[in-house]
Amino acid sequence: MENKIIETQNLGLFVSNLIDSKAEVIGPKRKNGKYAFGKIPKASDLHLDCDTTLLPPKMYLLPPKETLIKFELGEEPEVEPVVEAKPMILFGVHPYDIKAIELLDTAFSTTNLDINYLSRREKTTIIGIDCLNPNPNAFCASLGTATTETGFDLMLTDIGDSYMVAIGSSKGKDLLTKYAKTREATQQELAQRDSERQKALARYKVTLNMSPEEVPQLLDKSWDSPLWKERSEKCLSCGSCVMVCPTCFCFDVQEDVALNLKEGERYRQWDACMLPGFALVAGGGNFRGDKESRFRHRMYRKGKYLWERYAKLGCVGCGRCATACLAEIASPAETFNLLKEETK
Amino acid sequence: MIGQEIPQTSIYLPHLAELIRVESIAEREKLFEFKLKDRMELGHKPGQFIELSILGIGEAPISISSSPTKKGSFELAVRNVGNVTNALHHLDTGAMVGIRGPFGNGFPVDDLKGKNILIVAGGIGLFPLRSLINYIFDKRGEFGRLIILSGYKCPEERMLAKELDKWHKRQDLELLESVDRCECFEEWITNVGVVTTLFLKVDIDPKNTFAITVGPPVMYKFVVAACQKKGIPDEQILMSLERRMKCGVGKCGHCQINGVYVCQEGPVFTYAQIKKLREAL
Repeated sequence: MENKIIETQNLGLFVSNLIDSKAEVIGPKRKNGKYAFGKIPKASDLHLDCDTTLLPPKMYLLPPKETLIKFELGEEPEVEPVVEAKPMILFGVHPYDIKAIELLDTAFSTTNLDINYLSRREKTTIIGIDCLNPNPNAFCASLGTATTETGFDLMLTDIGDSYMVAIGSSKGKDLLTKYAKTREATQQELAQRDSERQKALARYKVTLNMSPEEVPQLLDKSWDSPLWKERSEKCLSCGSCVMVCPTCFCFDVQEDVALNLKEGERYRQWDACMLPGFALVAGGGNFRGDKESRFRHRMYRKGKYLWERYAKLGCVGCGRCATACLAEIASPAETFNLLKEETK
Repeated sequence: MIGQEIPQTSIYLPHLAELIRVESIAEREKLFEFKLKDRMELGHKPGQFIELSILGIGEAPISISSSPTKKGSFELAVRNVGNVTNALHHLDTGAMVGIRGPFGNGFPVDDLKGKNILIVAGGIGLFPLRSLINYIFDKRGEFGRLIILSGYKCPEERMLAKELDKWHKRQDLELLESVDRCECFEEWITNVGVVTTLFLKVDIDPKNTFAITVGPPVMYKFVVAACQKKGIPDEQILMSLERRMKCGVGKCGHCQINGVYVCQEGPVFTYAQIKKLREAL
């Protein structure tokens, strides 16, 4: 992979040039003492030193609410699909979030291609940045998601006085050529990047006590564990763990009719398997009506079901769920570690 | 960039269909016949389902009640039980609805050829089974014995009564019916008891028989036990599972049983498969 150097004092210029290029630039900004992805109007709004954002950049590829079809009512109704996608640059995406986007790419492009997601994805440029000060709840180092070699157009690493830029695509290369002042990277600087990445790995406070490949096997024998009931008893069924998750992509479909009663739209919005009504059917049957089965389902989806379907774990270790959970039960690492203890 | 070609059409776009006939078949159930606006045939297999849209109200998964051998239109028998089905029940002929699908695997009709078919229906489970029964009628020579065991809560819930009466007159099937309870024995002269009590009245050759059952979830365990008692192998016990299939295309997650999307890999499963799905029954 080709690498370039942008001096730190020149990075702002690169961002400003991207903003001036009319593409929408989206990146982490300060928000009430935390960080959140948002539109970047000027380079100084971009906070590349953030530990993690409240919501993942998924929200720009699979928006919280998205219109799927519009219709006109009447004796001869008309229905048309709605696909909204405009060029955007996601700037400052951490490797674990890039890994999560790779899972979404697979889910929406494997059989029954989803035009809404794929159109938006095609128009999206991803400029990643290595996360050097991980969130206290994160465990990416254990999952191999602390760094990535794929899934980005450009990948930055802060190596002190400058940023190393790995070029992941021709689209990324073109952006650099057009908008950034770069120079060749030296062997010493490449070694510096490796060193910064190594140091960052040691800063993760949460560890998964097994390899990622072991998780599906562990869950294979954990269905009847008493842990599901014990741990889920505190669950508030609020769905926060799912709402902040970068890999969760389940959705609900609803529709609205305009006040004129002549037209309307059908939309999808994020939904959560941890909410009590998720598996409810007409007539009142609920196939996961208790907290225990919902809690177990989420953990199996993270650690087994998506692995079996897409050969990727449904968890990238970002720790957002653990941060969001008021009952302090959401971290997959904690649950998997406890299950492993049980089987000893 | 993910190197994926962008599809030309949306998997969420419904096709318009016209309601051409409505028939009331019980207190809360009607049979609806539709004709697609943009193509002649739905192109389904027995046991598949569609997503039915009432524009402005919503979309719901409904099993197809007619056989694909019936050309030019298709039928849905529907109980009025939710928002969409309630709106459907208030439609008159000429109304337009949205259809996506067909979805799901359907009954494995090729595997059933040459075999004896034991159908066990509970309540409105007869609606999806009707697609298979009519299919067998239209290709009668391709299948062996056809035995239908059909159970209802009470005589008032005996839906599709006119068709059942016609089926009784046919020589090429054995139809036995039962009600769970009955306060008017003189009017209901056949069996009283849950549908599995009818198993006592039939002799079958288990090796050459496929049992196919659709009904309320509570019924399945008992039907499976009755089939096993008759000696039918688990691979030859088929059932269709109800779940909340919202998208129909294996994305939205609502219909998941363990790692399985019922809308894609189901709704029809063998008991051999279901044994391994811990949340299925």
